[in-house]
Amino acid sequence: MVKGNKTSSDTVSVVDGDGDQGCFWWWLVHKGTTTTFLIVGLFALLVRAAVSLHPYSGFANPPKFGDYEAQRHWMEITINLPIQEWYRNSTRNDLSYWGLDYPPLTAYQSFIHGLLLRFFHPASVSLFTSRGHESYLGKLLMRWTVLSSDLLILFPAVLYFVIVHYGQPSRSRKSDIGWHIAMLLLNPCLILIDHGHFQYNCISLGFTIGAVAGVLSGMDVVACVLYCLALNHKQMSAYFAPAFFSHLLGKCFRRKHPLLEVSKLGFYVLGTFAVVWWPYLYSKDSFLEVLSRLAPFERGIFEDYVANFWCASSIIIKWKRLFTSESLRLLSLIATVITCLPSMIQQIKSPSNRGFLYGLLNCSFAFYMFSFQVHEKSILLPLLPASLLAMEEPFIFRWFMQFAMLSMFPLICRDGLIVPYLALLALFILIFDAPGQERVKESNYFYNYLGATTVRLVLFCYFILHIVYLTMNPPEKYPFLFEAIIMNVCFSQFVLVNLGCNIKQWVLNKPTKLEVDKKFI
Amino acid sequence: MGKQKISSKGAQNSCCTIATLWWFYLVAACIKVLLFPSYRSTDFEVHRNWLAVTHSLPLSQWYFDETSPWTLDYPPFFAHFEHFLSMFAHFIDPKIVHLQEGLNYSANTVVYFQRGTVILSDLCLLYGVYRLTRNLDSRKQKLIWLLTIWSPMLFIVDHVHFQYNGFLIGILLISLSYLEEGRDLLGGFFFAVLLCFKHLFAVAAPVYFVYLLRHYCRGGIGRGFTRLLIMGGMVAAVFAVAFGPFFHLGQIQQVIRRLFPFGRGLCHAYWAPNFWVFYIMSDKGLAFILRRLGFNIQTPTATFTAGLVGDSSPFSVLPQVAPLVTFMMVLLALSPCLLKAWKDPQPQMITRWVAYAYTCGFLFGWHVHEKASLHFVIPLAIVAVQTLEDAKHYFLLSIVSCYSLFPLLFEAQEYPIKVLLLLLHSILMWSAFSAQFPDGAETARAPTSHHYTEKKVDRHESKGGFVIGWIERLYLVGLVTVEIWGQFLHPLVLGDKLAFAPLMLISIYCAFVIMYSWILQLTSIVKSL
Repeated sequence: MVKGNKTSSDTVSVVDGDGDQGCFWWWLVHKGTTTTFLIVGLFALLVRAAVSLHPYSGFANPPKFGDYEAQRHWMEITINLPIQEWYRNSTRNDLSYWGLDYPPLTAYQSFIHGLLLRFFHPASVSLFTSRGHESYLGKLLMRWTVLSSDLLILFPAVLYFVIVHYGQPSRSRKSDIGWHIAMLLLNPCLILIDHGHFQYNCISLGFTIGAVAGVLSGMDVVACVLYCLALNHKQMSAYFAPAFFSHLLGKCFRRKHPLLEVSKLGFYVLGTFAVVWWPYLYSKDSFLEVLSRLAPFERGIFEDYVANFWCASSIIIKWKRLFTSESLRLLSLIATVITCLPSMIQQIKSPSNRGFLYGLLNCSFAFYMFSFQVHEKSILLPLLPASLLAMEEPFIFRWFMQFAMLSMFPLICRDGLIVPYLALLALFILIFDAPGQERVKESNYFYNYLGATTVRLVLFCYFILHIVYLTMNPPEKYPFLFEAIIMNVCFSQFVLVNLGCNIKQWVLNKPTKLEVDKKFI
Repeated sequence: MGKQKISSKGAQNSCCTIATLWWFYLVAACIKVLLFPSYRSTDFEVHRNWLAVTHSLPLSQWYFDETSPWTLDYPPFFAHFEHFLSMFAHFIDPKIVHLQEGLNYSANTVVYFQRGTVILSDLCLLYGVYRLTRNLDSRKQKLIWLLTIWSPMLFIVDHVHFQYNGFLIGILLISLSYLEEGRDLLGGFFFAVLLCFKHLFAVAAPVYFVYLLRHYCRGGIGRGFTRLLIMGGMVAAVFAVAFGPFFHLGQIQQVIRRLFPFGRGLCHAYWAPNFWVFYIMSDKGLAFILRRLGFNIQTPTATFTAGLVGDSSPFSVLPQVAPLVTFMMVLLALSPCLLKAWKDPQPQMITRWVAYAYTCGFLFGWHVHEKASLHFVIPLAIVAVQTLEDAKHYFLLSIVSCYSLFPLLFEAQEYPIKVLLLLLHSILMWSAFSAQFPDGAETARAPTSHHYTEKKVDRHESKGGFVIGWIERLYLVGLVTVEIWGQFLHPLVLGDKLAFAPLMLISIYCAFVIMYSWILQLTSIVKSL
């Protein structure tokens, strides 16, 4: 009996040791993609629910509070005022106090969530009297609106993407798919911002993932509509516009009637916009009124400390002092377009699915680096295509995620979310390096370029920076010294990632040396 | 040569095994850390007070202090454990261990510190699980880790509600692992230590006694007697270390008074889903019928439904239950298992027997807490991977006993968390069990090497795969209905009336499965050779 047991355990361990990837996670993935998705999805929901126990931005911090109050205020405005007055400054709607400055879809979403809040807890959304409202039930309901939006939009979009991206998977890849789903759903930055800091990025990002999946599956019309919805939820989704535009344009050029195809897509885009903007299309004034709320030109070129070009270089060149706001706007536009161009040209020349994903990453990165009025949360946008590419570029993805987290660290500290920050970062690394797989060590030009020693050194600095920021007080002369250091470190890494991905996008079409060798064999 | 190769592979594998075990633990730890700000029960303040008592008072006053209503009522080793923790607590924030100022202290430091100690003390559970599973094949190992380290019940009771069950059950598992290996002396030692941490674990003492007497003290009268002396001496030494100082101080009576507070009722405020639920319900039913028939039935002075507990007589028709009766019933329920242990003390059966003992204690014991179901659900996880029947049994049992803990977390904030924990656990368990026990069709598709597939077919072809029967399915659907009724429909339909009814419904509904599980365990023990 005992002996029999022993031999059986030996056999199994040998089977396991042979590097059969499917075996290690067999208990998780053997039922197929949908069950795996269900399990990972439930886990991701659990993590989100746990993070939502923590404080939100501006918690007990009058008079302006934070993003939580902004979202709550929008609910208050949208359910108490007629739709035409939502974007108009009036005695009932003081736009200087968290005025609505996102496109109409955000307003509609606030309206629906506001109805929900009014049903269960009327005091939390009553006009005027609810300003700065904070209560147990209020927080709970607000948190649940984010959870439900996540569940209803981001999760199905991820499932759609995974199904489209992998098609009918071979068995050995099942655990890879499970891993990729986890990477998409357990994005620590997104969870922290949405469920900790409090925002609804999951909606616009979810629509974007849906649009990407639409493009990958060849349903360009679906992609257009979904992308327009994303754009109408958060204007920041425009970071992806060049990639979508160039890829779809490139595709249309390769069809029989390019002009017809382009106009068909244009029709759907305009149609979606018209539907979303319908209540404001009755006069030119009201349309422009809304539009002027969306363009944040009165603000500076960057806010706080952002790991982008303008902020990082402002240590040497005082952009804000040297140039007027107008010239800065022009400058940033030119710089953004120039950095977007290579990947756009590549996609127009030879559109491909993988190239499209790289294009998304490169374009959104270009916007993050050079566009006007970027804040630290915008890093979520380039992170999204990076997580879609996690399987192709595991090392870059991890590197990028770590530094994206670091770039948000000062913000997270202000919100009192250090504990979930550390826990989510640890969870990300644990799941990324989950046992039973060998991914990172394979093909990594980026890793090879940096070299093992450099990687370790940078990671060491990475942890030291966290500790220093948490424990030490900056010198009085430079109160924002640590923020500046963090931003510059992140900026340098982002530049590397961006350069690497731009090059990768261009060499995609050329067969790699390995593939050439394989062909000969 | 070949053997060498295998052993080197084995070494590599065991290293990989430990890494995987750590991975399971760390992932769970991340979630536990995220749960820091969640609801915490008065147990949190209880343990904080014990930190303060053990830190600021000398040993002689530990069991006398009454500054806080939450007096020390665990055995001495646990008090020493708290004393050990309080040294770090003092270092982190002196207010935590301050006897008066620290009362109901709820700053972040104390919350993070105490919750952190629970996570760290879970390492004991990790070690226990590791010891128990290190000789199993890697699939079973992973399955057991999944069921124990990621147990939703431990999350709910230890990391939200706040207790140190993971730590204590870890000691129990270490003891069981030694017994399974045949190292009885160490097994007995760890069980004695466990009793000096928490005396409620003593329910399994008869099983331990009979097993050790028959397994350890075997081999002739002379040798057996020597061994009995060794074992007895060792257990006595453990107890002497724990209780000796108090004996020396002449406080042993006070300690015992604290450890066994009489005057508590048969049932806890929220009824644990055990046998007594049926007893109370039949009493109520009989009283109702007899009243209809014209008999004059007195309404009891203290009602169960009001949540009050005390010595007063809560039964109107059926005879009162004395603590001694419950004690006898537990022993009676245990007797078949004791007989088996007497006749044929097999090491591989001990986990089953101990789990069965805790089941009996849970079902028939006096003033049982719903949390006590952890004591048998976790050890049963070790058994669950052995056969298909065990797996099916465990699947139902762990879902239901986890569900019976839901009333512990009554605040709205934790509602999604407890539901998600249970859902995740159920679906993981379902996926893992059906991978472990595939049916014929699936085995053919299994992507493992040839040997393995053939072996699988041999083992399971006749039995069929892991399928949940229709009665179980119906029951689980009923469970969802009970939950929906209690959470949503009851407040809508009846408002504040009969506020205790949903809880009653939960414990009655869950009690069926615990009874069913008890019967299954009993039959499997009786049938075993």
